[in-house]
Amino acid sequence: MSSQTTSEPAQSAQDIPLVIAGREFRSRLIVGTGKYRTNDEMIRAIDASGADMVTVAVRRVDLDRTKEEGILYHLDPERYFLLPNTAGCYTADEAIRYARLGRAAGMNEWVKLEVIGDQRTLLPDVVATVEAAKVLVAEGFKVLAYTSEDVITALRLEDAGCAAVMPLASPIGSGLGLVNPYFIREIKTRLECPVIVDAGVGTASDACLTMEQGVDGILMNTALAEARDPVRMATAMRLGVQAGRLAYLAGRMPRREVAVPSSPVAGMLD
Amino acid sequence: MITVTVNGEERQLEAGVTVAGLLGALGLHPRLVVVEHNREILDAGDLEDTEIQAGDNVELVHFVGGG
Repeated sequence: MSSQTTSEPAQSAQDIPLVIAGREFRSRLIVGTGKYRTNDEMIRAIDASGADMVTVAVRRVDLDRTKEEGILYHLDPERYFLLPNTAGCYTADEAIRYARLGRAAGMNEWVKLEVIGDQRTLLPDVVATVEAAKVLVAEGFKVLAYTSEDVITALRLEDAGCAAVMPLASPIGSGLGLVNPYFIREIKTRLECPVIVDAGVGTASDACLTMEQGVDGILMNTALAEARDPVRMATAMRLGVQAGRLAYLAGRMPRREVAVPSSPVAGMLD
Repeated sequence: MITVTVNGEERQLEAGVTVAGLLGALGLHPRLVVVEHNREILDAGDLEDTEIQAGDNVELVHFVGGG
Protein backbone atom coordinates (compact mmCIF):
# COMPACT_ATOMS: atom_id res chain seq x y z
CA MET A 1 0.00 0.00 0.00
CA SER A 2 1.29 3.41 -0.96
CA SER A 3 1.21 6.10 1.69
CA GLN A 4 -0.79 8.23 -0.74
CA THR A 5 -3.70 5.81 -0.86
CA THR A 6 -6.83 7.32 0.68
CA SER A 7 -10.20 5.89 1.50
CA GLU A 8 -11.90 8.48 -0.74
CA PRO A 9 -13.42 7.20 -3.98
CA ALA A 10 -10.63 7.24 -6.55
CA GLN A 11 -12.47 9.29 -9.15
CA SER A 12 -12.96 12.26 -6.88
CA ALA A 13 -9.24 12.53 -6.26
CA GLN A 14 -8.10 11.75 -9.78
CA ASP A 15 -10.61 13.36 -12.10
CA ILE A 16 -11.95 16.81 -12.75
CA PRO A 17 -15.72 17.40 -12.52
CA LEU A 18 -17.95 17.44 -15.58
CA VAL A 19 -18.71 21.07 -16.45
CA ILE A 20 -21.51 21.95 -18.89
CA ALA A 21 -22.33 25.60 -19.60
CA GLY A 22 -20.41 26.63 -16.50
CA ARG A 23 -22.30 24.27 -14.20
CA GLU A 24 -20.41 21.55 -12.36
CA PHE A 25 -21.74 18.02 -12.05
CA ARG A 26 -20.36 15.42 -9.66
CA SER A 27 -21.39 12.50 -11.84
CA ARG A 28 -20.53 11.80 -15.45
CA LEU A 29 -23.63 9.64 -15.67
CA ILE A 30 -26.91 11.35 -16.59
CA VAL A 31 -30.07 9.25 -16.38
CA GLY A 32 -33.60 9.35 -17.72
CA THR A 33 -36.81 8.84 -15.79
CA GLY A 34 -38.89 6.95 -18.36
CA LYS A 35 -40.22 3.39 -18.52
CA TYR A 36 -39.61 2.33 -14.91
CA ARG A 37 -42.07 -0.25 -13.57
CA THR A 38 -42.75 1.87 -10.49
CA ASN A 39 -41.83 5.33 -9.26
CA ASP A 40 -40.25 3.81 -6.17
CA GLU A 41 -37.95 1.67 -8.31
CA MET A 42 -37.06 4.73 -10.40
CA ILE A 43 -36.10 6.77 -7.34
CA ARG A 44 -33.95 3.99 -5.91
CA ALA A 45 -32.24 3.38 -9.27
CA ILE A 46 -31.47 7.06 -9.79
CA ASP A 47 -30.08 7.23 -6.28
CA ALA A 48 -27.86 4.20 -6.94
CA SER A 49 -26.66 5.65 -10.25
CA GLY A 50 -25.14 8.64 -8.48
CA ALA A 51 -26.47 10.93 -11.22
CA ASP A 52 -27.11 14.54 -10.34
CA MET A 53 -28.76 15.45 -13.65
CA VAL A 54 -31.90 13.62 -14.79
CA THR A 55 -34.00 14.03 -17.92
CA VAL A 56 -37.76 14.50 -18.01
CA ALA A 57 -40.31 14.78 -20.82
CA VAL A 58 -43.11 17.32 -21.35
CA ARG A 59 -46.55 15.83 -21.97
CA ARG A 60 -50.22 16.70 -21.66
CA VAL A 61 -51.76 16.32 -18.23
CA ASP A 62 -54.25 13.43 -18.32
CA LEU A 63 -57.43 15.32 -17.46
CA ASP A 64 -59.34 12.17 -16.59
CA ARG A 65 -56.79 11.26 -13.97
CA THR A 66 -55.68 14.56 -12.51
CA LYS A 67 -54.89 12.86 -9.23
CA GLU A 68 -52.07 11.12 -11.08
CA GLU A 69 -48.92 12.74 -9.79
CA GLY A 70 -46.42 14.36 -12.13
CA ILE A 71 -42.78 13.38 -11.95
CA LEU A 72 -41.94 16.38 -9.76
CA TYR A 73 -43.87 14.73 -6.95
CA HIS A 74 -41.16 12.05 -6.87
CA LEU A 75 -37.99 13.89 -7.82
CA ASP A 76 -36.61 16.50 -5.48
CA PRO A 77 -35.56 19.43 -7.69
CA GLU A 78 -33.23 20.53 -4.89
CA ARG A 79 -31.30 17.31 -5.28
CA TYR A 80 -31.55 16.64 -9.01
CA PHE A 81 -30.91 19.04 -11.86
CA LEU A 82 -33.83 18.51 -14.24
CA LEU A 83 -33.10 18.45 -17.95
CA PRO A 84 -36.33 18.67 -20.00
CA ASN A 85 -36.18 16.88 -23.34
CA THR A 86 -37.96 17.31 -26.66
CA ALA A 87 -38.37 13.56 -27.16
CA GLY A 88 -41.01 12.55 -29.67
CA CYS A 89 -40.65 15.71 -31.77
CA TYR A 90 -40.25 15.22 -35.52
CA THR A 91 -39.81 18.83 -36.67
CA ALA A 92 -37.69 21.78 -35.56
CA ASP A 93 -40.82 23.84 -34.81
CA GLU A 94 -42.30 21.13 -32.63
CA ALA A 95 -39.02 20.70 -30.73
CA ILE A 96 -38.79 24.48 -30.17
CA ARG A 97 -42.36 24.51 -28.83
CA TYR A 98 -41.59 21.67 -26.40
CA ALA A 99 -38.34 23.33 -25.31
CA ARG A 100 -40.23 26.51 -24.42
CA LEU A 101 -42.84 24.53 -22.47
CA GLY A 102 -40.06 22.70 -20.64
CA ARG A 103 -38.44 25.99 -19.70
CA ALA A 104 -41.76 27.27 -18.39
CA ALA A 105 -42.31 24.07 -16.39
CA GLY A 106 -38.82 23.86 -14.94
CA MET A 107 -36.38 25.96 -13.06
CA ASN A 108 -33.79 26.42 -15.76
CA GLU A 109 -33.25 27.21 -19.43
CA TRP A 110 -31.58 23.92 -20.28
CA VAL A 111 -32.96 21.53 -22.87
CA LYS A 112 -32.02 18.16 -24.24
CA LEU A 113 -32.81 18.84 -27.88
CA GLU A 114 -33.96 15.83 -29.82
CA VAL A 115 -35.53 15.98 -33.29
CA ILE A 116 -36.34 12.52 -34.55
CA GLY A 117 -36.19 11.80 -38.28
CA ASP A 118 -37.52 8.27 -38.56
CA GLN A 119 -39.91 6.18 -36.52
CA ARG A 120 -38.24 2.79 -37.01
CA THR A 121 -34.71 3.78 -36.04
CA LEU A 122 -35.49 6.93 -34.02
CA LEU A 123 -32.34 8.33 -35.61
CA PRO A 124 -32.09 12.11 -35.40
CA ASP A 125 -33.03 14.50 -38.19
CA VAL A 126 -29.70 16.29 -38.00
CA VAL A 127 -30.67 19.14 -40.36
CA ALA A 128 -33.74 19.98 -38.24
CA THR A 129 -31.68 19.55 -35.06
CA VAL A 130 -29.13 22.16 -36.18
CA GLU A 131 -31.97 24.49 -37.24
CA ALA A 132 -33.74 24.16 -33.89
CA ALA A 133 -30.46 24.52 -31.97
CA LYS A 134 -29.76 27.89 -33.60
CA VAL A 135 -33.22 29.23 -32.65
CA LEU A 136 -33.02 27.95 -29.07
CA VAL A 137 -29.47 29.22 -28.48
CA ALA A 138 -30.62 32.65 -29.71
CA GLU A 139 -33.44 32.48 -27.14
CA GLY A 140 -30.93 31.88 -24.35
CA PHE A 141 -31.34 28.13 -23.97
CA LYS A 142 -28.45 25.90 -22.92
CA VAL A 143 -28.85 23.28 -25.61
CA LEU A 144 -27.60 19.71 -25.18
CA ALA A 145 -28.16 18.26 -28.63
CA TYR A 146 -28.80 14.60 -29.33
CA THR A 147 -27.30 13.69 -32.70
CA SER A 148 -25.84 10.91 -34.80
CA GLU A 149 -22.17 9.93 -34.53
CA ASP A 150 -21.37 12.13 -37.53
CA VAL A 151 -18.50 14.52 -36.86
CA ILE A 152 -19.67 17.14 -39.39
CA THR A 153 -23.06 17.50 -37.70
CA ALA A 154 -21.36 17.56 -34.31
CA LEU A 155 -19.19 20.46 -35.49
CA ARG A 156 -22.26 22.29 -36.85
CA LEU A 157 -24.02 21.89 -33.51
CA GLU A 158 -21.00 23.23 -31.66
CA ASP A 159 -20.85 26.18 -34.08
CA ALA A 160 -24.55 26.78 -33.41
CA GLY A 161 -23.64 27.37 -29.77
CA CYS A 162 -24.74 24.10 -28.15
CA ALA A 163 -23.58 23.64 -24.55
CA ALA A 164 -22.94 19.95 -25.21
CA VAL A 165 -23.15 17.62 -28.19
CA MET A 166 -24.62 14.17 -27.55
CA PRO A 167 -23.89 11.58 -30.23
CA LEU A 168 -25.59 8.21 -29.94
CA ALA A 169 -23.82 4.95 -29.12
CA SER A 170 -26.59 3.12 -31.03
CA PRO A 171 -30.34 3.71 -31.54
CA ILE A 172 -32.52 4.82 -28.62
CA GLY A 173 -33.71 1.88 -26.55
CA SER A 174 -31.73 -0.64 -28.61
CA GLY A 175 -29.14 -1.61 -26.01
CA LEU A 176 -26.72 -2.43 -28.83
CA GLY A 177 -23.85 -0.62 -27.14
CA LEU A 178 -21.16 1.45 -28.81
CA VAL A 179 -21.30 0.60 -32.52
CA ASN A 180 -18.86 3.24 -33.77
CA PRO A 181 -16.07 3.96 -31.30
CA TYR A 182 -13.89 5.48 -34.02
CA PHE A 183 -16.43 8.19 -34.91
CA ILE A 184 -17.14 8.91 -31.25
CA ARG A 185 -13.42 9.39 -30.63
CA GLU A 186 -13.19 11.64 -33.67
CA ILE A 187 -16.06 13.81 -32.38
CA LYS A 188 -14.41 14.06 -28.96
CA THR A 189 -11.10 15.01 -30.57
CA ARG A 190 -12.60 17.71 -32.77
CA LEU A 191 -15.04 19.43 -30.39
CA GLU A 192 -14.21 21.76 -27.54
CA CYS A 193 -17.64 21.55 -25.86
CA PRO A 194 -18.50 18.51 -23.72
CA VAL A 195 -19.39 15.33 -25.61
CA ILE A 196 -21.97 13.16 -23.86
CA VAL A 197 -22.85 9.83 -25.46
CA ASP A 198 -26.63 9.52 -25.41
CA ALA A 199 -28.62 6.37 -26.18
CA GLY A 200 -27.82 2.76 -26.93
CA VAL A 201 -25.75 1.74 -23.93
CA GLY A 202 -27.09 -1.63 -22.76
CA THR A 203 -24.94 -2.81 -19.88
CA ALA A 204 -21.99 -1.82 -17.70
CA SER A 205 -19.31 -2.99 -20.14
CA ASP A 206 -20.89 -0.75 -22.83
CA ALA A 207 -20.68 2.19 -20.43
CA CYS A 208 -17.07 1.40 -19.59
CA LEU A 209 -16.04 1.00 -23.23
CA THR A 210 -17.82 4.24 -24.14
CA MET A 211 -16.06 6.22 -21.42
CA GLU A 212 -12.73 4.68 -22.47
CA GLN A 213 -13.10 6.61 -25.75
CA GLY A 214 -12.52 9.79 -23.75
CA VAL A 215 -16.02 11.27 -23.87
CA ASP A 216 -17.17 13.50 -21.02
CA GLY A 217 -20.19 11.50 -19.93
CA ILE A 218 -23.08 9.18 -20.79
CA LEU A 219 -26.83 9.66 -20.77
CA MET A 220 -28.96 6.54 -20.47
CA ASN A 221 -32.48 5.46 -19.58
CA THR A 222 -33.66 2.11 -20.93
CA ALA A 223 -30.59 0.16 -19.77
CA LEU A 224 -31.62 0.92 -16.20
CA ALA A 225 -35.41 0.91 -16.52
CA GLU A 226 -35.56 -2.40 -18.42
CA ALA A 227 -32.93 -4.26 -16.41
CA ARG A 228 -34.35 -7.10 -14.32
CA ASP A 229 -33.02 -5.22 -11.29
CA PRO A 230 -32.73 -1.50 -12.14
CA VAL A 231 -31.14 -0.59 -8.80
CA ARG A 232 -28.33 -3.11 -9.24
CA MET A 233 -27.85 -2.10 -12.86
CA ALA A 234 -27.68 1.55 -11.85
CA THR A 235 -24.87 0.68 -9.44
CA ALA A 236 -23.12 -1.30 -12.18
CA MET A 237 -23.45 1.64 -14.57
CA ARG A 238 -22.08 4.08 -12.01
CA LEU A 239 -19.04 1.85 -11.55
CA GLY A 240 -18.75 1.17 -15.30
CA VAL A 241 -18.69 4.88 -16.08
CA GLN A 242 -16.11 5.50 -13.37
CA ALA A 243 -13.96 2.56 -14.47
CA GLY A 244 -14.03 3.65 -18.11
CA ARG A 245 -13.23 7.23 -17.20
CA LEU A 246 -10.29 6.24 -15.01
CA ALA A 247 -8.99 3.82 -17.65
CA TYR A 248 -9.13 6.61 -20.22
CA LEU A 249 -7.27 9.00 -17.93
CA ALA A 250 -4.75 6.30 -17.03
CA GLY A 251 -4.00 5.54 -20.69
CA ARG A 252 -4.13 1.95 -21.84
CA MET A 253 -1.09 -0.14 -22.76
CA PRO A 254 -0.39 -0.61 -26.47
CA ARG A 255 -2.00 -3.52 -28.29
CA ARG A 256 0.54 -6.04 -29.61
CA GLU A 257 -0.01 -9.05 -31.78
CA VAL A 258 2.70 -11.04 -30.01
CA ALA A 259 3.04 -11.95 -26.38
CA VAL A 260 5.50 -10.19 -24.09
CA PRO A 261 6.35 -12.00 -20.85
CA SER A 262 5.45 -10.30 -17.62
CA SER A 263 8.10 -12.11 -15.58
CA PRO A 264 11.86 -11.62 -16.13
CA VAL A 265 13.40 -13.77 -18.81
CA ALA A 266 16.75 -13.46 -17.04
CA GLY A 267 17.50 -15.59 -14.02
CA MET A 268 15.87 -18.79 -15.27
CA LEU A 269 17.45 -22.06 -14.12
CA ASP A 270 19.55 -24.06 -16.56
CA MET B 1 -71.63 28.04 -22.46
CA ILE B 2 -68.70 28.16 -24.88
CA THR B 3 -66.88 25.38 -26.67
CA VAL B 4 -63.09 25.31 -26.28
CA THR B 5 -60.41 22.71 -26.96
CA VAL B 6 -58.48 21.57 -23.90
CA ASN B 7 -55.64 19.08 -24.46
CA GLY B 8 -57.07 18.14 -27.84
CA GLU B 9 -60.63 17.53 -26.63
CA GLU B 10 -63.64 19.80 -26.98
CA ARG B 11 -65.14 20.95 -23.69
CA GLN B 12 -68.11 23.12 -22.72
CA LEU B 13 -67.12 25.88 -20.31
CA GLU B 14 -69.00 28.73 -18.69
CA ALA B 15 -68.64 31.95 -20.65
CA GLY B 16 -66.19 34.30 -18.95
CA VAL B 17 -64.15 31.60 -17.25
CA THR B 18 -60.48 32.42 -16.69
CA VAL B 19 -57.57 30.03 -17.13
CA ALA B 20 -57.17 29.97 -13.34
CA GLY B 21 -60.87 29.06 -13.09
CA LEU B 22 -60.40 26.21 -15.55
CA LEU B 23 -57.45 24.83 -13.60
CA GLY B 24 -59.47 25.01 -10.39
CA ALA B 25 -62.41 23.18 -11.98
CA LEU B 26 -60.04 20.45 -13.19
CA GLY B 27 -58.39 20.11 -9.78
CA LEU B 28 -54.98 21.15 -11.11
CA HIS B 29 -52.51 23.11 -9.00
CA PRO B 30 -51.28 26.07 -11.08
CA ARG B 31 -47.69 25.52 -9.91
CA LEU B 32 -47.58 22.00 -11.31
CA VAL B 33 -48.79 22.68 -14.85
CA VAL B 34 -47.75 24.89 -17.73
CA VAL B 35 -50.53 26.51 -19.72
CA GLU B 36 -50.29 27.18 -23.43
CA HIS B 37 -53.19 29.38 -24.54
CA ASN B 38 -53.62 29.67 -28.31
CA ARG B 39 -49.94 28.67 -28.68
CA GLU B 40 -48.75 31.32 -26.19
CA ILE B 41 -47.24 30.15 -22.91
CA LEU B 42 -48.85 31.96 -19.99
CA ASP B 43 -46.87 33.26 -17.03
CA ALA B 44 -48.25 32.14 -13.67
CA GLY B 45 -49.24 35.75 -12.96
CA ASP B 46 -51.48 35.89 -16.03
CA LEU B 47 -53.69 32.89 -15.22
CA GLU B 48 -56.20 34.93 -13.20
CA ASP B 49 -56.50 37.62 -15.85
CA THR B 50 -56.72 35.49 -18.96
CA GLU B 51 -60.32 34.89 -20.00
CA ILE B 52 -61.01 31.90 -22.23
CA GLN B 53 -62.99 32.70 -25.40
CA ALA B 54 -65.10 30.39 -27.56
CA GLY B 55 -62.90 28.41 -29.95
CA ASP B 56 -59.74 28.88 -27.89
CA ASN B 57 -57.12 26.16 -27.73
CA VAL B 58 -55.67 25.38 -24.31
CA GLU B 59 -52.86 22.92 -23.62
CA LEU B 60 -52.05 21.86 -20.06
CA VAL B 61 -48.70 20.09 -19.76
CA HIS B 62 -46.35 18.90 -17.04
CA PHE B 63 -43.18 16.86 -16.63
CA VAL B 64 -43.42 13.10 -16.95
CA GLY B 65 -40.78 10.38 -16.98
CA GLY B 66 -38.61 10.42 -20.08
CA GLY B 67 -35.12 9.80 -21.35
